[in-house]
Formats: sequence, C-alpha cells, structure tokens
Amino acid sequence: MIFRTFEKQELKKLFEILAAHNRIIGPVETGRDRDGRPVYAFADVTDYDDVELKYSITKLPAKRFFLPFKEDLSTFRIENDTWQKEISYNVDRPLIFFGLHPCDINALNKLDKVLLHSVYPMPYYAAKRENMFIVGMDCIPQPYCFCRSMGSDTALHGFDMFITDLGSRYFVEILSNTAFNFLKNIKTSEPGEDDHVLYMKVVAKRNNEFTRHVDTTDLTKILDMEFQSEVWKEWGDKCLSCGTCSSVCPTCYCYGVDETVDIDLKGARKTKMLHSCNLIDFAEVAGGHNFRPGRENRLKYRYYHKHRGFVEAFEESLCVGCGRCGESCLADITVPEVIDSIRGSGRNK
Amino acid sequence: MEAGETGTRTYLGVPLYRPRVAFFEFSSCEGCQLQILNNESTLLDFLSLVDVVNFREAMTGGSDDYEIAFVEGSITRDDEVKRLKKIRKKAKTLVALGSCACFGGVNQLKNRFKDINKAKKEVYGRHPIDSEPVRTLEDIVKVDLKIYGCPVKKEEVEKIALHIAIGKSIVFPKYPVCMECKRNENICLFELGEPCLGPVTRAGCDSWCPNSRAGCWGCRGPADEPNMEQMKKIMEEYGFSEETIMDRLECFGGFSSLMGKGNTK
Ligand code: SF4
Ligand code: SF4
Ligand code: SF4
Ligand code: SF4
Ligand code: SF4
Repeated sequence: MIFRTFEKQELKKLFEILAAHNRIIGPVETGRDRDGRPVYAFADVTDYDDVELKYSITKLPAKRFFLPFKEDLSTFRIENDTWQKEISYNVDRPLIFFGLHPCDINALNKLDKVLLHSVYPMPYYAAKRENMFIVGMDCIPQPYCFCRSMGSDTALHGFDMFITDLGSRYFVEILSNTAFNFLKNIKTSEPGEDDHVLYMKVVAKRNNEFTRHVDTTDLTKILDMEFQSEVWKEWGDKCLSCGTCSSVCPTCYCYGVDETVDIDLKGARKTKMLHSCNLIDFAEVAGGHNFRPGRENRLKYRYYHKHRGFVEAFEESLCVGCGRCGESCLADITVPEVIDSIRGSGRNK
Repeated sequence: MEAGETGTRTYLGVPLYRPRVAFFEFSSCEGCQLQILNNESTLLDFLSLVDVVNFREAMTGGSDDYEIAFVEGSITRDDEVKRLKKIRKKAKTLVALGSCACFGGVNQLKNRFKDINKAKKEVYGRHPIDSEPVRTLEDIVKVDLKIYGCPVKKEEVEKIALHIAIGKSIVFPKYPVCMECKRNENICLFELGEPCLGPVTRAGCDSWCPNSRAGCWGCRGPADEPNMEQMKKIMEEYGFSEETIMDRLECFGGFSSLMGKGNTK
C-alpha cells in the first residue's frame, strides 16, 4: 500500500482536476429537519464548496447511481407487426464518488459479491461499477452507527484512495494507479514517523467514539434456534410493511420487473424497480398465493437474509451497520434492538 | 372505424378490440373526468383505444349503447340511485372512477353529522336541497373495478384503458405510498414536522403530495393490510393531535371501515 500526506488546501485542487472531465457525486446538504439538523444526500457536484466533507450520513445511500430505484432494462420499438429491442446499460461516462464513508464502500463490496462475482453478473450494475473512481473519507461515528460490530468500520479495498483527516493535514491511502496518477497533480509528501503516530492516534480516538454495538457471535445459529420466537411477532406488530428500510439500505438489491406498453402502441419497456421483502406482495406468486403472509414473517425474513442466508453464502452479513434503516423507520425498528431481542428471547422464556 | 368492433388498430399485428365506453357523474366535482381530458398529448391515443359514446364533459349528445361505464361521484339522492341502477343494467363492466365513487370521497364528511339536516343547513342555508347520507357505488350496485384517487391519476386510467385493449391484466400496488416516496428521494415529512398518511395509504399516485412537500391525506384509501394502530402511535409520537389524525383519516372515506379497528392483519 502507498501512503501520502498533503496540505488541506490541496484537496480543492484535486477536486477541480477530477471535476474538469468527470461527473462527480458527493455529499451535499439538502435541507434541515424539524430539529434544525442538516439533511444530507449524495448528488452531482461541480463546485467544491458544495461538498459537505464533514457530513454525518446521507438519508439515502449512494446506490441510486449504480442500482437506480427505477431503471429501464430494455425498450422496444414496435412497427406494424415487427419489433426492435434496444438495450442500454444506462451509463455514458465514469462516475467519481467523492467522500464515501467506510460503510458505503463496504456496502459496494458486498453488492459486488452478488451482482458482479456471481454466476450471473448483472451487466447494468457491472457497467457502472467498473467505471467508477472512489475517493473514500473517514467519518465521525454517529449514535446509530454499529458498523464496528459488523466489521465495516474500515474499508480495506473497493476504493481508489482513502483520505483521513489528521487535523492539520490529510493522510491518504492509495490503492489504484489512477489515484496515484491523479495525485501527481497536487503537492503530496511521503508520510514521516510523526504522521504515522498521528494517524494511529486519530484512528484510536475514532474507535472509542462508537457507542452502538451489536453482538453477532453465533448469530446464524441463534437465528435458527429462535425461528419461532415470540419476539418476531412483537416487531411485526409495529412494522408498517412500508419498505423504507430496504429503500434506504446500501446493500438491499431486490427488485421487480414491470412491463409496460406506451399508450400510442409504438413502444414498450421492461423496467426494473427496487422492491423490499417487507412489502406485502414481495413473495406473492401468480395465482395469488403469498409465501410471506403476515408482517412478522416478512420482517423476520429480512433479518434472515441479511444475517443468516448471506452469511452462509459469503461468510459475511449483508449489513454494514450504517444504521440508516433504523433512523428512517417510523416504527423505530432498529437492527441492534431486533438482534438484541432475539439473543435475549431465550432468556425471557 | 366502427365502434365496439375489432378496429384497424393493431398491436404486434393483432387487431385490437375497441370497447364502447361511457362516462357518468354523480355527486362529485367532476375533477376525475377532467383529469382524463387534461392530458392533451395522449388524449388522442386514449380516444383511439376506446370508443367514447357518452361523455358530458367532452361531448354533446351521447348514446346509451355502451359496454364499459366509468362512473364518477357518490350517491346522495334517490334519483341518483335509480340512474345508477340503470347504468349497471346496461354496462357489462362498471368502473368506479375516483375516491367519491369508491369511498364516498369528501362528500361523505357530512355523514359525520348524526342529524343530516344540521349539515344541510350549514351548507345550503335557506336554500335546502334534497340530500341523503352519502353512499358509495358499491353500496348500491356491483362494482367491477375501482380506480382510486382524488383526483385519479390520468396515467393510471390510461394504463387501464390500454390494458383492456391489449388484454393485459390490471394490477394496482398493494403496498403503501412510502415506497414511492423513497423512490422519489423525498425527505420524510415526519422529519420536517408534518403529518403524513403515506405509511398506510395505497401507492399508485407516485407519492404525488410528498413530492411537493405536503403530507398524504389518504385519498387512495388504505393499502393492503395497513397497520392503523402503529400509524396512530407514530402520529402521537410526533406530537399530532387525535383531531389531526382523524381529520386526515376521515377526509376521503377510504379508511371508514377500518376506523377504530386498529390492527387489520
Ligand atoms: S421495519 Fe420499519 S422501515 Fe422497514 S418496513 Fe417495517 S416499518 Fe417500514
Ligand atoms: S440493514 Fe440497516 S444498518 Fe444494515 S446496512 Fe442496511 S440500512 Fe444499514
Ligand atoms: S431480501 Fe430483503 S433484506 Fe435481502 S436484499 Fe432483498 S430487500 Fe434487502
Ligand atoms: S413523507 Fe409520508 S409517504 Fe413519504 S416516507 Fe414519510 S411518511 Fe412515507
Ligand atoms: S400522496 Fe396521498 S393524498 Fe396525495 S395523491 Fe397520493 S394518496 Fe392521495
């Protein structure tokens, strides 16, 4: 791994070099909530001053840029009794992500396992993912973050460069050639012993700031044992089956496909729309049978996919502990509380 | 092209059936019908798929020979009952168009008054009219299809007409508005300090109101198996009064059968 340090004003220069020929996505403030706290989102940025590098977390993850909520998989032109199919992967240039936190980088790495490195890669995702440049940025743990428990508090790969704020200057890890070459355009220096010491201090301080933890020891087995637990019913009673948790989750990838015909009968399209396993019709099949009736069932299977099924397939869970789902859930259903209650349900019996 | 027959329009070489349709209105603002006329860019395409034989808002005259009746409005008078029954007899398919027809709509608010005369006096003063408690179409006749919304979404009506023509099944979302709201990347209104019925209301409007930073009033009625109890708890937690909740839930009549029932699962 190659490390460098650079003065803070150099970052703006780097941004401008990247922005000159590329589309940049970064964190921006989109409003204030009822308590006056800023609300952040990933959006196209052209001006460095709009980038909120000290953002807490965005409400929605960056996935809409590589797994859009709605995406045409194919369109058809219909003329008389013939038709012409057109396929576009809906990407026209590389994307640069400027300031992704470790959780969101790890989320991409998890998605890669399913959508890129599986038997049937998804070309719509691959086309975007393989034309991506990622500048990672360290974060300040929030009260709802439990990424450390999920092993997602640091990113080991999946980015081009990763920046850590040392206070007086930036420390950067370089993982790709492209990043190395871009960095030639700004003033950087080899880190010295004092930089190493400072880096470790900063990291140790951050480690102490995590307040939310969840015990994942033996979780796959415990989930198996507690399949019939009463606790699921309690959470199910609260759940609105609204799908918000999946929409805001950086790792949820389930979708449905809609086929529509244009009203002028001259065109048709196949559209992919992200769905959620909490929605009532998620497991409804032709003929009307629903394999997941009942809110508690659907909610339970969301946890089984993330913390059991995915772990068995990939030896890691499909949750980075960003806490977005719990923060956005109007019924206050949070991952740490659900898992704690399942772990504890044996004790209460 | 002869109406009601297989016409010259084809889809993938297959001639399309062009049904004879009629539009009728009862007690309503006629806004739903207006929605259909509203979309000038697609109106002609819509009209080429169906043969409109009766549409007071758009044409004069009209025929009584139709297969599909789109009926807007709720039933508030005796003569309306008779007219509706007549339409039912003539139509093969009767479609309730909009929330007034489906749930009673805003009109049903007067049913809140135990004494209908009080409501009448309040609204019409010294010019009383004949008005009974509001009923939905289904209270009187069999309804084959319901198109929700106040007003209906023209894209949805067009899609239904299209699906009838090309023989594709008609499906409505069963899940609540929140899913569309997130798709549209809105900041949740509760976070902005506003109430919203999105978590229990049937999607399909593409989160029309939250897209303009206004909370949902539930005009499309309940989603499948809505969690009413939790919805009320959320409203309370965010500091909204019982009255605010009830005002919204009662506004269009879609939730009336669920009132006080709490959990519907
Ligand atoms: S857990 Fe929360 S966000 Fe997810 S579907 Fe249930 S109520 Fe909605
Ligand atoms: S399940 Fe929740 S905490 Fe885990 S990655 Fe998804 S949004 Fe984040
Ligand atoms: S099954 Fe549910 S939890 Fe798993 S990826 Fe799909 S929506 Fe997300
Ligand atoms: S604004 Fe309303 S519809 Fe949108 S997420 Fe919030 S509660 Fe749901
Ligand atoms: S958001 Fe609610 S009130 Fe507004 S159109 Fe949709 S269903 Fe009706």
